[in-house]
Amino acid sequence: MASGETKVMKYEPVIGLEVHIELNTKTKMFCRCNADYFGKEPNTSTCPVCLGLPGALPFINQQAIEDCIKIGLALNCSINEKSYFERKNYFYPDLAKGFQTSQLVLPIAIGGWIEVEDAQGKLTKIRINRAHQEEDTGKLTHRDGQTFIDYNRSSVPLVEVVTEPDFTDTFQIKDYAKKLQQIFRYLDVSNADMERGDMRLEANISVRPVGQTTLPNYRVELKNINSFRFMAQAVEYEIARQIEAHEKGEKLVQETRGWNEDKRVTYVQRSKEEAHDYRYFPEPDLPILKMSATLINEMTKAVDTAKEKDPVKVAEKLVSTGMSLASGASIARNPIKLAIFNEVQKEKSVLDMDWKDFGNFIANREINEENINLVPELTKKQLSDFQSRKSGLISNSKELEALAQEVIDENPGMVDIYKSGKTTVVMALVGGVMGKSGGKADPGKVKAILERLLG
Amino acid sequence: MKLTLEQVKKVAKLAKLNLSESELAKYSEQLSKILSYIDQLNKVETSKIDPTYNVTGLSNAFSPDEIRPSLTQKAALFNAPQQDKGFFVTKGVFQEE
Repeated sequence: MASGETKVMKYEPVIGLEVHIELNTKTKMFCRCNADYFGKEPNTSTCPVCLGLPGALPFINQQAIEDCIKIGLALNCSINEKSYFERKNYFYPDLAKGFQTSQLVLPIAIGGWIEVEDAQGKLTKIRINRAHQEEDTGKLTHRDGQTFIDYNRSSVPLVEVVTEPDFTDTFQIKDYAKKLQQIFRYLDVSNADMERGDMRLEANISVRPVGQTTLPNYRVELKNINSFRFMAQAVEYEIARQIEAHEKGEKLVQETRGWNEDKRVTYVQRSKEEAHDYRYFPEPDLPILKMSATLINEMTKAVDTAKEKDPVKVAEKLVSTGMSLASGASIARNPIKLAIFNEVQKEKSVLDMDWKDFGNFIANREINEENINLVPELTKKQLSDFQSRKSGLISNSKELEALAQEVIDENPGMVDIYKSGKTTVVMALVGGVMGKSGGKADPGKVKAILERLLG
Repeated sequence: MKLTLEQVKKVAKLAKLNLSESELAKYSEQLSKILSYIDQLNKVETSKIDPTYNVTGLSNAFSPDEIRPSLTQKAALFNAPQQDKGFFVTKGVFQEE
């Protein structure tokens, strides 16, 4: 596009991410209603607290707080000794109370970092501003000018992780999202399934001339995008759109945009002109949180233990059994294959296993099963497949017999020698069968078959 | 303490109140008076006092993550002015594109 004669100003994107993670606790954040709303009849998991009925008093879910601390620690954050909840006030029927219970001034975790890869494989440190605890909203369905509300999801524990505006390309964003997902899974605090809405990404994007160090005076928020792929596409589109606007001298404004997958464009969802004013104030119904050194130590230990489940660490451990790097990485990423491998390692009867071969074998198998409960059966099947492959025709003596007969028919001279009493010549025939089987026959068994056939 | 008309309009908007011109004038005066009264608190020396978030003096009032019975759907919707097939229903609240 640049003609080379005119000076073209170069622009760079400035991107920050907000990620919401729905925790997998049994109960909601501030009441003990069942938090598993998936596939339930509407409004069957609610109570006066999560319906915001007058006089109802909230109770903090201890498990959720511990999960939030763990997330903070896994992201190298410090845990605030003192933390408290605040009310974020707004009128919208997704929460019946008229506010969301969230955190602003003293969140549970602050000031962390995580390393992400860019397209060139270069690692960059992304600063984590905070990880705070809040609650999910009810689910709204808009139809025929009316809004239908299901409060089953209202007050399900949600943790929000906010980065500093340190991202410069979409590759880093994808890597960040994938790494977060892995962390949530090995910590076992969330299923982190984007399509189900367990994990939601929001990006704040602006564009500035290269060389400018201050942040632009606007930012566009991309919201309600439910896959890594669409988020990357929306971000690419937004960067291009904003650079074009800058080049044309158009003014960019603070707004919220969504992604239209059919038209492959971002579109305005909410303009910031109706300025949000959430009037945060400390929640008077919830006592403050004090994080004791004991609790933080305990959580740190739990995180360290969970980190052993980090795919990178798991792969290292697998490779140490002798399998290839690629096989180790592949098994580490596949929970079912990993479970099968671990299951086999536990079996005493296979102590003389060739782990190198078995690892490579499992890594290359096509296993599409996703139900973790089927692992015992899958393990039996894989193990017997492996053993029969390893020992070639052992499980199929008919085939061995056929090969043996072939060798006998092809070597009448040797058969005569055998029959004359020089039985050691059978080893030459065994070699013939081994050759035909491609080395996949058990020599002892072949010998026995030959002796039987030769009478 | 005198509130500007703009400030009063903003407060009205946040509270989802549609005020007429005469109401705006009336509430401007009343709100300003209320704020002036509250403003007396600013004279108290508080720089060495921890903010009070909560009057109970409690901390870490947790509840274990164990499911307790919820309301039935019928009970949950009992006072809803409008409902349909188990959902609460309101006037449409979202305009997209």
